[in-house]
Amino acid sequence: MSDIKRLDLEYSQLESDRMRINVGPQHPSTHGVLRLEVEVDGEIVTEVVPHLGYLHRCFEKHCEKMTYLQVIPYIDRLDYISAMNNEWPYVMALEKLMDIKVTDKVEYIRVIMAELNRIANHQIAVATFGLDAGAFTPFLFFFRDREYIIWILEKMSGARLLYNYFRVGGLAADVYPGFKEDCLNIVKQVRKTNAEVMDLLIYNKIFIQRSANVGILTPEVAINFACSGPVLRGSGVKFDLRKDEPYSIYDRFDFDIPVGTGEVGVVGDCWNRNMVRVNEMEQSCRIIEQAIAQMPDEGDVKALVPKRIKPPKGEVYMRAENPKGELGFYIVSNGTDKPERIKARGASFVNLSVIPEISKGYMFADLILILGSIDIVLGEVDR
Amino acid sequence: MLPNEIYDTLKTEFGDAVIEYNDQQPTDSFILIGADNLFDICHTLRDKDAFLFDYLMCLTAMDLGENVGVVYHLYSMTHKHRLVLKVTAPKTDPKIPSVEMIWRTADWHEREAFDLIGVNFEGHRNLIRILCPYDWEGHALRKDYVAPEYYHNMKVSY
Amino acid sequence: MENVNFLYDLLGKNVISVLLIVSLPLMFVLVYALIAILAELKVSAWIQERLGPMRTGPWGILQPIAEVVKLIQKEDITPDRSSKLLYNLAPFIIFTGAYAAFAVIPFSEYFVPAGINLGLFYIFAVGSISAIGIVMGGWASNNKYSLMGAMRSVAQLISYEIPAAMAVLSIVVLASTMNMQEINKIQSGWFWNWFIFGGPGTLAKLWVIPFTLGLGLIYFISSLAETNRVPFDIPEGESELVAGFHTEYSGMKFAMFFFAEYANMFVVAAVLTTIFLGGWNSPFGDFMQGPFWGVFWFVSKAFTVVLVQIWIRWTLPRFRVDQLMYIGWKVLLPLSFICFMAVSLYVMLK
Repeated sequence: MSDIKRLDLEYSQLESDRMRINVGPQHPSTHGVLRLEVEVDGEIVTEVVPHLGYLHRCFEKHCEKMTYLQVIPYIDRLDYISAMNNEWPYVMALEKLMDIKVTDKVEYIRVIMAELNRIANHQIAVATFGLDAGAFTPFLFFFRDREYIIWILEKMSGARLLYNYFRVGGLAADVYPGFKEDCLNIVKQVRKTNAEVMDLLIYNKIFIQRSANVGILTPEVAINFACSGPVLRGSGVKFDLRKDEPYSIYDRFDFDIPVGTGEVGVVGDCWNRNMVRVNEMEQSCRIIEQAIAQMPDEGDVKALVPKRIKPPKGEVYMRAENPKGELGFYIVSNGTDKPERIKARGASFVNLSVIPEISKGYMFADLILILGSIDIVLGEVDR
Repeated sequence: MLPNEIYDTLKTEFGDAVIEYNDQQPTDSFILIGADNLFDICHTLRDKDAFLFDYLMCLTAMDLGENVGVVYHLYSMTHKHRLVLKVTAPKTDPKIPSVEMIWRTADWHEREAFDLIGVNFEGHRNLIRILCPYDWEGHALRKDYVAPEYYHNMKVSY
Repeated sequence: MENVNFLYDLLGKNVISVLLIVSLPLMFVLVYALIAILAELKVSAWIQERLGPMRTGPWGILQPIAEVVKLIQKEDITPDRSSKLLYNLAPFIIFTGAYAAFAVIPFSEYFVPAGINLGLFYIFAVGSISAIGIVMGGWASNNKYSLMGAMRSVAQLISYEIPAAMAVLSIVVLASTMNMQEINKIQSGWFWNWFIFGGPGTLAKLWVIPFTLGLGLIYFISSLAETNRVPFDIPEGESELVAGFHTEYSGMKFAMFFFAEYANMFVVAAVLTTIFLGGWNSPFGDFMQGPFWGVFWFVSKAFTVVLVQIWIRWTLPRFRVDQLMYIGWKVLLPLSFICFMAVSLYVMLK
């Protein structure tokens, strides 16, 4: 009897402490300068506290000091790997304020640009997610393809990454000769690589074991946290602004909204979030093909661009479906050529806030995968 | 439901707490409400079957000169309608009830509003700075903000 | 121990010959490591449809030398609050562990540095030394990532040593010797005499071939885990633990870890070659058989195994800690026991 008591005492003395680990700001897989303060019990994550602001660039304060046109390059730098998409809700908001109706050709070019950029973004997202799981090769397959997409965007706008291409009422430049053929070739290439990566990564047994049933985000929690984009759709919520609140000319195209199906694992886990992105690339390809077929050849893309942007007094909130999710701009105009207030509602910022909620109880290695599956860009989180 | 119908329903339920309905173009039509009843109104908006505003798109704080204002952009996943709410509070005592308990997404938005405008959200469980360093002084997005000369003996202005 | 070293025959047993015998594998390791690094760079590049390094020398073949020169030049950082002695000792212990295994590797019929009778046992004994080095390095760095990496690494090494040892033990049962040179001699003749195909014997050995094939696979998988290679590179899993136990190391100390990893890869490949793939025997009977061809066959077989390791590294994602343990204890260990039983039964019936 006394022996047992003594043993108990020893076991209680053996109780281990929890360890607090800093993941970031300098860490290979925080996708930027995010700092996560993680408390682990052995390998199990018990608490995650994100600390933001390492890339805070005072975007909103800058905007108040600049004219509307000067803001556009700064908007590129929010989510710097899908800059075309970023500019769109901003110019749409101003067009709504100033009551400008852009021409069909401009709309089609915008759609093609946005969808190309969406493919490029999802390629990075899926690639880096694979990289987080330790698969290096698909990463470079995707980056090879992304390069071709970037070449098209570069030929259109003159810049590889930060385009400054959309204008209020139009675009900075018209399409170049051979644009349509380039786009169709890209679509072919993207499909080929996707099929390859399906075998190599997505349906890889180890990858499925790693990412399925990990970081489960239920639809209720996702909506309450206002998640959007693939994170929300991965939880099985069929919500896409391009369909549910069709802006621009998205009502003219025939495409599906991929959602997490639970084909592998549970709806809302990392694998399903990732799969939504892979499927979305295919849908973007379909949109591009249709847009190329319907696009009118004639028309001046700069005809409606006002010389001076001076919207009337008013406030407008415009949102668009970005690759990462819903990017909204709340613009308050005071009648001058400088905005009174611009608030950018970044999808990454909102999606990231769900991390402490869904990563508790999983292993430390899973936390990295969950972070990768949410697909954040710190430029948009910290602004 | 259109915003004016929502306004009428809210007006009958909450009376004077719902102050004003504005639909001047080109501004998005919004409802101005008093800060005191904000939490109850938001709760009603989220849970009442006719509204079901379960999705807080955006929460913006702004400097209105004398006052600070907070703008809530709501959306309903079920009914697919949207609504803009506005609240104001005097700048000297910027207290506004927190809606973090209603929409969890408001957590970080309110921290950001507190960080940059200095709105004091009452009832928020963790109201600390989010974008600026935790020991930063002042609220940067206020119109009368002057950046400090030094931060930890580092020169701020360049 | 007669007739195992051509140098003894050439020079007699004296200090010079002993020193030569000791330094030959070292030179081999250094040259091999350079080639393996180049192979890793180039194979990964070809898998990923890149060219790989192209600037240093023709087709970039001097790249590994450039890397070594770079690592020599780098600043040698010792963290302020680390345990200095252990921190500085760890890379050497790990490299010693890896290099000590070369003592019993039979490169040819006439060259094995130390032809001891307990060669296989010795390999497993010194193989565990690197675990000590890893724990020392991980703990002494005073870094949480290093500590976690070291803990993971030791758990992994211990778990996977058992299936690997079971696989080797089965072959010991088949060959009834632990001397690696003897094991090689038994497998002489055509490639169907290799132990992966059940060893020499009559047609009755056909039913044991699946088991020996399985043992070869089990040993290969376990050896991947023991050398911390993908998909078992959890101790250094760069996406979560930055670099695991060698996060804090830089310069030449880091290079020692690097060399040790490649040396370990060769050791496990050499063991696999020796006990399963016929060692220095030619696959085609007497064709190209002989002491010098023996070196060729041995090195090319071992290098093929190394290439497969590299190939796997650039194809597969990484496992998680619990999955790794699951595979080790619940899949590989029972399977290796079953194979061991089958092989023992075969030996009894023979």
